Amino acid sequence: MAMHETPAPLLEVNDLRVVLPTARGPAAALRGVSFGMARGEKLGLIGESGCGKSLTALAVMGLLPEGARVEGSIRLNGQELVGLPDDTMARLRGDRVAMVFQEPMTALNPLHTVSAQVAEPLRLHRGLDRAAARAEALRLLERVRLPDAARRLDAHPHQLSGGQRQRVMIAMALACGPDLLIADEPTTALDVTLQHEVLMLIDELVQGSGMGLLLISHDLGVMARHVQRLMVMYGGSVVEAGPTAAVFARRAHPYTRGLYAARPRLGATRGTRLATIPGRVPELADLGAGCAFADRCDRAVDDCRRAPPPTVALGPGHVARCIRIEERPR
Amino acid sequence: MLTLAVTSAVVFAVLDLLPGNVAQVMLGESATPEAVAALERKLGLDRPAPQRYLHWLASLARLDLGTSHAYDTPIAELVAERLVVTLPLALLAMALTVVLALAAGVYAAAHHNRAGDLGVMAASQLGIAVPSFWFGILLVMLFAVQLSWFPSGGFPGWTEDEGGGPWDALQALVLPAVALAVVQAAILARFTRSAVLDVLREDFVRTARAKGLTRRAVLWGHVLRNAMVPVVTVMGLQFANLVTGTVVIENVFSLTGLGRLLFQAISNRDLPLVQGLVMLIAATVVTINFVVDLLYAAIDPRLKAVGR
Amino acid sequence: MSFWTRALRHPSFVAGGVLVALLLGLALLSYVWTPHPATEIDVPNKLQPPSATHWLGTDSLGRDIASQLIVGARASIAVGLIAVGIGIAGGVALGLLAAARRGWVEEAVMRLADFGLAFPALLTAIMLTAIYGPGLATSIVAIGLFNIPEFARITRASANTVWAREFVLAARACGKGRLRITLEHVLPNVASVLIVQATIRFAIAILAEAGLSYLGLGTQPPTPSWGRMLNEGQAMMYQAPMLAVWPGLAIVLSVLGLNLMGDGLRDLLDPKLARQR
Repeated sequence: MAMHETPAPLLEVNDLRVVLPTARGPAAALRGVSFGMARGEKLGLIGESGCGKSLTALAVMGLLPEGARVEGSIRLNGQELVGLPDDTMARLRGDRVAMVFQEPMTALNPLHTVSAQVAEPLRLHRGLDRAAARAEALRLLERVRLPDAARRLDAHPHQLSGGQRQRVMIAMALACGPDLLIADEPTTALDVTLQHEVLMLIDELVQGSGMGLLLISHDLGVMARHVQRLMVMYGGSVVEAGPTAAVFARRAHPYTRGLYAARPRLGATRGTRLATIPGRVPELADLGAGCAFADRCDRAVDDCRRAPPPTVALGPGHVARCIRIEERPR
Repeated sequence: MLTLAVTSAVVFAVLDLLPGNVAQVMLGESATPEAVAALERKLGLDRPAPQRYLHWLASLARLDLGTSHAYDTPIAELVAERLVVTLPLALLAMALTVVLALAAGVYAAAHHNRAGDLGVMAASQLGIAVPSFWFGILLVMLFAVQLSWFPSGGFPGWTEDEGGGPWDALQALVLPAVALAVVQAAILARFTRSAVLDVLREDFVRTARAKGLTRRAVLWGHVLRNAMVPVVTVMGLQFANLVTGTVVIENVFSLTGLGRLLFQAISNRDLPLVQGLVMLIAATVVTINFVVDLLYAAIDPRLKAVGR
Repeated sequence: MSFWTRALRHPSFVAGGVLVALLLGLALLSYVWTPHPATEIDVPNKLQPPSATHWLGTDSLGRDIASQLIVGARASIAVGLIAVGIGIAGGVALGLLAAARRGWVEEAVMRLADFGLAFPALLTAIMLTAIYGPGLATSIVAIGLFNIPEFARITRASANTVWAREFVLAARACGKGRLRITLEHVLPNVASVLIVQATIRFAIAILAEAGLSYLGLGTQPPTPSWGRMLNEGQAMMYQAPMLAVWPGLAIVLSVLGLNLMGDGLRDLLDPKLARQR
């Protein structure tokens, strides 16, 4: 499902398959994920917990858990990442591709100062000495608008609030000016008021630098406001992908439709029940050969369970994997 | 401070409020009533207990541990004599323990669930099960009797006038220190390993790797310092074990240290000496634990903020 | 899978269990039969190497080593059982009390436990046995005394987590008294932690008793004891080195067996505790 226009894609993922060891034996956690990103593009990845969105990010970073088996291809700037020895991958991490994680409270080392942690990628990848790295760290902290940055340099993480720690994480990720920034639910653990600020900050930083952004979230509203293209994931596969507006308008895949319908809306009359998608996210080990969503889908037929659905084109750059694609709504 | 006070009270109480008469115990069953009475007066046992306790505390404050009944020498003197053996032994054993345990523990954690880890775990299981004094005996049989690399016992003294010399003295301490260290190291290694594994599971380790640090760099730069926090605490607690072990080991190797002195005091029923020594040892342990607490706060900045 | 099915598949538990069973078996056997009377002195036959009549040889007084080892197992088991029993009786009660009452009671118990733990246990045991007279009984009490703070601490920690769980909150909401809750809910749930701890402390008690006997403060002659056999063996180090090896091996195997069994029990009884071993 490669959908890039520009000739030199930033990221090309082809038929990515990841098998994880579970208590019940090896389970396919990612089942043939393919997508591409252009330079400066903002791509969103949405889905429920357990759908594989974080795993996709970790696979790109080469940070999958011990015992995970990876097949397929991930090319960053044309360089193949699958099968790369860890030491080589380590040189790319933090430098060409960086990641911001979900839990700012635990993602920073409690015993190291803020300055040391932000300076670390600079010293590692750019060879800066302590003084130069510290100066650059200060600049970065100011850029992420950490209040009172100069004083905070020598603070420890426990002295900062969640929002401030997240800013530090962002500063750390951007330190070496990576080509690709992956943000895995960067605001989920923060207060609602902060969420907007942090996302706007990420937007601004990414915009100015021509960096690609892979934004992972479970929040439709976030996607609507911050990404140009959106991929919907379920059960380890991408079930629908396309320009954000098109995906929201068309909602071709039954899951996308269910997701959209399930969002709480302001202004709904009292007593309106929130729509839900029946059933629960299946365990990886339980998934069969066919469409992962079949058991919860109100449009499923026998053929759905027999084999993974093929990719169907719906419009420019817009595809879905379903044999029972919904008709246009309204 | 409070702990010390309570400790002193306990030591005093146990030794003093014995069933039966202190002086009687010291002199044995066959002593005449007159002898017992005489000893009682000499030790001041005819004064009431609280008064004696305070008197004892006062002397302790002056570092006067009293006089040994059997040796008829100030206890402080005896202690100083023996300390030159016990202290180096304890330090040597502690140093060996730490080096061995940290190396083994970190190695095992870094090779988690692979051959290296299993090897260390098996070895440490064995190490825990071995009584240190038996291990000492085995060491003597192998290295002293069979191979004659080390002396089988006794302490020659640190200076040549005493018949020894720094090198000889050190040689005499090697086997006992190893015997002590192996058992302690086994326990500490397991603990280090689990502390390191715990830290490896933390989120910030993933962040560090995401920044581009190699596994080895993460281990040295991020994990070890964090893992040291619980490890140092355990090391402090182990000190009590070390002290106990030293007492027994000194007897195994006939070293003229505090342990042997204590044992002889017990055999001689020299209660003032026993009291003084036990108090000394207990005080040392309490102090060490206190120091460990301080160290703990120094390593972990979170504790400084919260306050104790 | 039932507990026993899982248990019999767990390598640690099985290995440890076999050793412990051996230990118990020998101790019990000693009441009925030993190859030779363990205390029979036979000086003309002293320091014999292993033979058909004396499987492990004889010691410096002509006593059969194998028999001494078997009878010595009795002392080890006795110490382990009773000392741990004392620890559990005192420690568990205190720990449960602390968890049930919280407040200053908990503080007091914890201070006491900290104090008890900070004290070098064996040292005080040495002192106590010396003062009150050496012997098996005194050593058992002395060792047992130091199990109390250990069990108190573990019980309290475990009990606290149980108190925080929802079904306990529900019981309290129904008006159940603290004593009943403790007995009906808390105790069964901390039992698994205690069982594991008991096997470990059993092993420690055996080591402690051996140490005391080695110093002459534990079991007194003529009753055989592994620790004292080590002492006698050391004296004969040059003439008959194996004399010091056998009792040591007996100790190591017993302690190892208990530790392995304890590890196995930990994995089997509470998978959450098992985590990463």
